[in-house]
Amino acid sequence: MSDPNGLIQPGRTAPGFTLPATPDGALIGPEQFRGRPVVLAFYPADWSPVCGDQMALYQSAAPVFAQYQATVLGLSVDSIWSHRAFAESRGIEFPLLADFEPKGEVARSYGAYTSNGEAARALVVLNPAGTVTWSYLSPPDVNPGADGIFDALDQLAADRKVMAG
Amino acid sequence: MSTPLQVTARLRDPVTTDDHIRGPADAAVTIVEYGDFQCQFCGAAYPNLHELLRQRADTVRLVYRYFPIANVHPYAERAAETAEAAGVRGRFWEMHDWLYEHQDQLDPVHLSLGVEQVGLPPDELNAEVENRAHADRVRRDFVGGIRSGVNGTPTLFVNGVRHDGGYDLPDLLTAADAAANA
Repeated sequence: MSDPNGLIQPGRTAPGFTLPATPDGALIGPEQFRGRPVVLAFYPADWSPVCGDQMALYQSAAPVFAQYQATVLGLSVDSIWSHRAFAESRGIEFPLLADFEPKGEVARSYGAYTSNGEAARALVVLNPAGTVTWSYLSPPDVNPGADGIFDALDQLAADRKVMAG
Repeated sequence: MSTPLQVTARLRDPVTTDDHIRGPADAAVTIVEYGDFQCQFCGAAYPNLHELLRQRADTVRLVYRYFPIANVHPYAERAAETAEAAGVRGRFWEMHDWLYEHQDQLDPVHLSLGVEQVGLPPDELNAEVENRAHADRVRRDFVGGIRSGVNGTPTLFVNGVRHDGGYDLPDLLTAADAAANA
């Protein structure tokens, strides 16, 4: 079971945080990317044993994320050492953040922590001001893909056009 | 606790004459495969899809689209572009079959031998691949796939709906027959 309040919902301000991240352990968090959309991809664990690995998929979609000037951050409770080896093995160049100590603290603050001690498989899209505009909780064994993320990013871009016009 | 929202992914790019299609044009069931030539799971599904097309020759057609996960499979993009180079010469499926039957031989040297075995001029195809002449087409397939909810390889869409089941022959027969009778 995840947080009793459930996954963070659109309209809420994204809780601030920084965590050690690949490749070099530097502290990274969403506030550093204000002014552009941020995708937070919480996932249960490094090393899921399939070609359909969610983080590897997002890396392969990097050129599409770049079109939206969106930053992707992957988060799990794995340590920076595990993240580093995982990122190297799958060619993952975007930051993987270690929600390791206190364990799962950031995942909890987003309502994306499970009772078996892992992050849920949850996607959260933040607008350039740091407000949640879309969130999605996937069953832990189902890779949600990226179609929902890109729909949310399209919606963001459309809203910005209306604001500007 | 919020309930996980189940969203069924749907194919967003309809099948057109630009696609690589195997099977009857008026088939009741169209299976669109997003595949990566270096992916072992795609390789495992390949003979099953072949057998499915044989057993359901009148009702099922297969469409193949490129989905190379290049950061995991270093030869996948080149293999896809080579298949497309064969495709513009009318030999897509011969090249497709060779690639899936020689997944351990996708390095440039062996790939050239494969092109030759398919009966095409390796130097000419190599030059096109080097110039990235077919990169846009491969990328178009990839982006359409990711927008449709492709979440790994292989991903199949059966009459436009993502197939979340297995890739063994019985699974594929069941999915195809269900779609045919829907």
